[in-house]
Amino acid sequence: MIDINESVMQFLLAFVVVGPLLGAAAALLPAPPGLKGKSPEQAVLRHGVTVTGAVLIAAIVLALGFDHDQPSKMQASTDISWIPALDVRIHLGIDGISLPLLVLTALLTFLCALYSYFKMPAGPTPKAFVALLLVLESGMLATFAVLDLLLFFLAFEMVLIPMYFLIARWGGEGRSQAAWRFILYTLLGSVVMLLGLLLIGIKAGTFDMMALATDNGRSLTTSVQVIAVLAIGIGLAVKTPMWPLHSWLPDAHTAAPTVGSVLLAGVLLKMGTYGFVRILLPIAPDGFRTFAPYLAALAVVGIIYGSLACLALAKQGAKGDLKRLIAYSSVGHMGFVLLGISTMTPTGVNGALFANIAHGLITGLLFFLVGALKDRTGTTDLDTLAEETGAALYGRAPRLGGLLAFGAVASLGLPGLAGFWGEMLALFGAFRPADGLSRPAFLTFMAIAAFGTLLTAAYLLVVVRRVCMGALPQDVPKLTDVRSYEFAAWTPLVVLTVVAGLWPKALLGLSDPAVQQLLAGGTR
Amino acid sequence: MSSPAPSLAASLVQSVDWLAIAPPTIAAVVGLAVLVADLFVAEHRKALLGWTSVAGLAAATLLLLPLLDGDRSTFCLTGDAAVCSYTADRFTLVIQFLVLGGALLAALLSVTALKDARRELPEGEYWFLLLSSAAGAALLPASRDLATLIVALEVASLPAFALVGLKHGDRRSSEAALKFFLSSVTATAVSLMGISFLYASTGTLYLTQIADRVQSVDGQLQTLAHTGVVLTLVGFAFKTAAVPFHFWVPDTYVGAPLPIAAYLSVIGKAVGFTGLILVTVVALPSYADVWGPALAALAALTMTVGNAGALRQQATRAYSAVRLLAWSSVGQAGYLLVPIAAAAYSGDAEKSIGSTVAYALMYGAVNLGAFAVAALVGRTKSLNRVADYRGLYASSPLPALLLAFFLLCLAGLPPGIIGLFAKVTVFSAAVDASLGWLAVVMAVNVVIALFYYLQWTALLFRAPEGEPEKHRVPAPLTAAIALTGVLGIALSGAPQLVLRFTDTGLF
Repeated sequence: MIDINESVMQFLLAFVVVGPLLGAAAALLPAPPGLKGKSPEQAVLRHGVTVTGAVLIAAIVLALGFDHDQPSKMQASTDISWIPALDVRIHLGIDGISLPLLVLTALLTFLCALYSYFKMPAGPTPKAFVALLLVLESGMLATFAVLDLLLFFLAFEMVLIPMYFLIARWGGEGRSQAAWRFILYTLLGSVVMLLGLLLIGIKAGTFDMMALATDNGRSLTTSVQVIAVLAIGIGLAVKTPMWPLHSWLPDAHTAAPTVGSVLLAGVLLKMGTYGFVRILLPIAPDGFRTFAPYLAALAVVGIIYGSLACLALAKQGAKGDLKRLIAYSSVGHMGFVLLGISTMTPTGVNGALFANIAHGLITGLLFFLVGALKDRTGTTDLDTLAEETGAALYGRAPRLGGLLAFGAVASLGLPGLAGFWGEMLALFGAFRPADGLSRPAFLTFMAIAAFGTLLTAAYLLVVVRRVCMGALPQDVPKLTDVRSYEFAAWTPLVVLTVVAGLWPKALLGLSDPAVQQLLAGGTR
Repeated sequence: MSSPAPSLAASLVQSVDWLAIAPPTIAAVVGLAVLVADLFVAEHRKALLGWTSVAGLAAATLLLLPLLDGDRSTFCLTGDAAVCSYTADRFTLVIQFLVLGGALLAALLSVTALKDARRELPEGEYWFLLLSSAAGAALLPASRDLATLIVALEVASLPAFALVGLKHGDRRSSEAALKFFLSSVTATAVSLMGISFLYASTGTLYLTQIADRVQSVDGQLQTLAHTGVVLTLVGFAFKTAAVPFHFWVPDTYVGAPLPIAAYLSVIGKAVGFTGLILVTVVALPSYADVWGPALAALAALTMTVGNAGALRQQATRAYSAVRLLAWSSVGQAGYLLVPIAAAAYSGDAEKSIGSTVAYALMYGAVNLGAFAVAALVGRTKSLNRVADYRGLYASSPLPALLLAFFLLCLAGLPPGIIGLFAKVTVFSAAVDASLGWLAVVMAVNVVIALFYYLQWTALLFRAPEGEPEKHRVPAPLTAAIALTGVLGIALSGAPQLVLRFTDTGLF
């Protein structure tokens, strides 16, 4: 949009990845004079907001300087040798696929830092909290920016330790077990993934994603591709999460602090699906084709399973936890993303990428809202909240109730909001899958997934009815309505949800050329 | 043979390149000097002995620098200058650096430990034993014939038995020494037997000559040669504490003074795997189909048993921290064996060996670092339980952060980047050699290991029970912790420093 010098772009991208790390180191040091603030706690939280803010600005400038006429071209790319022995290069770059995710990550982290500045989760010192948040941000951004398989793995692993501590230290009930489960599941998946990555790297002679994507799997035999896709796929599927490897997710989401849940759902899950698109589709297409129908089948099971679990949780008397419910809904939504990817068509993959972003925005918002609800009422248990008739949020805190209803309808895929396009395109892709994939099977999957959207609508409407509506009892005190800092943190998400829903071309125009090229064989 | 008089002398007396053999020699000479000096130094000046030894080890390490310019060999056969007993090539230098540097760090820990022990440990003997063991360990990677190899091995391990049992009046200490001694001597006897068989069937002790001649052994001597190979390998497997020769490790580490446990965990391992590499890759490459599968199985067993043992440690049991490090070192020994096993299958054996060397360098730095912090905590909490580390961050933030870093390096998770990439090289050696099953076993082990390392790491940052007590850090301990910390962090930034051994020739 605006013309920025290439070397400035390179610097900005490097800053986006390294800046948070430096910020994390700085957070551990005592504040310099002049920046002491009211108290050390306040100073360090402010430091977090400043650093994430700077990173967000850099990411936005990157997006502005990005050449929107050539979104399939890697831009702002840096390529320097780091470990020649392993042939690991610091290869960074962004294209139309990674740019939206990069901006989404920077945005969500900034909003989380801003939210914590005013509402620090209960737990040990904010110093460690900010440092961990920044390391987490660096890992997440690096995942979307690197173009080397081993660096991707490094970035993939980098988020584990900070997220573990965020859950285990600042989380709610059952946090330590949930944190363990999160890290052990993900790690078991990722070491298997490492084996797959090494197999590809050794057989193809390079770890560079661009070179491998251009090669489009021609230098890998089908059997190598099949093994590699299985190994890498397991690692990514745990993170995504794909049914039946999802069982770490509900506990982790329920136990994590609000900020942790937002980033977990908003960004960490996307790292899995991004890996599918960036690594498996272009690098090992033959192997992926072998597994695509199974992936699609599991994705569809995930959609139905997630919706049914949510329905069960939303039922009266089920003692359903609202956070857990949203976590299960993520399993369903990510099912659509996986279904889109498994069609191996531009339509499906574009839909998947769109659904990725939409899910990040909407679920991020929902977790923020539920966190706020918990702060006010002290519980996220649906039965306690709703009692007999309903929590009557519309009456007790109208703005909060309104936002919650907005989040719910956006999540169920109301046309005109962000949630609609991604899932529709994913279904559309399944209607006509790529050559070599069984069309009848995918038609069946499409029909079942479409049924899943109905179930999704059902449970979200039940939630809205039970939480937002209901008779307003006389003696119940009013709840504090949305505070100004909450507005500040949530407005961007609401606005982007609407914009992405009304103007999908903004995102699809970016991702479509890149996807076309990725599927056709590598980057130019 | 043209000029008669000098050539006679030249044919009988081997020329000695003193610079090449300087590193082990200095360590040995300083050790003797300290032993003698102990008789004359007044009681209150005994600390001097310690500093002399530290200086000696530092000098020995520094003397590796002039050797970097190229390969040197000495003690060569007068008839054939290509066959030598002592070679200082890249492999030798790297391992000597690991051994001498590790001994230096252990010595730094010992200075404080001896001071705290208040004359309960005999200083002169302690330093003498430590230095002689280090000299033996430094000689080992350079030896290129089986006799030197065995001598070096014994020089490295005999003083270690005495060091383990040095705590006067400590029953656990003597019991540990006895266990260590008995099992080790048995293993040595077995490998001596193996070596004699090899000598009988090939007629030489030089590794390179064995490599040639063992391929064309007389049919009748085939069985003898086979048996020789297996018996020799068994002896060296013991030194790496490979399963099933690992049982002495936890008791020995707990019974020994803590710096000695640290010393054994790194130098003991280095001695074992260097010997294994020399015997397998240099002397017996033609028997790769025998030792390859055996080492692969051994590696898988070792890491599994080691990690399972570490997992079973209860945080509240006495000495559980040292015990956990001991078991984890058994697990790590398993990872070290993986590339050696892979060398049997891959076309490029040196590349695989490079992975072991790189991993060992990483492991040496961070494991000694972890032991250094354990020594620090052990000064106030003599039981050294894992539970004692709770809230360490509140009382001494920097050591706690570094310990967390070391543990994560051992686990192989960022921010321990060097640990991660060292594991990646080991994995890639296995994948490269098509040892897929071994890679998968190792993957599972990495996850198991993560559990206990991370549990310990998490404990450091918990809220402390009761008032946090300040640890006063003595200078030598500070130096050891700082040195390992700087090393670990520098390597994480530039992993190429150690990983380069994986793609350049070592021998």
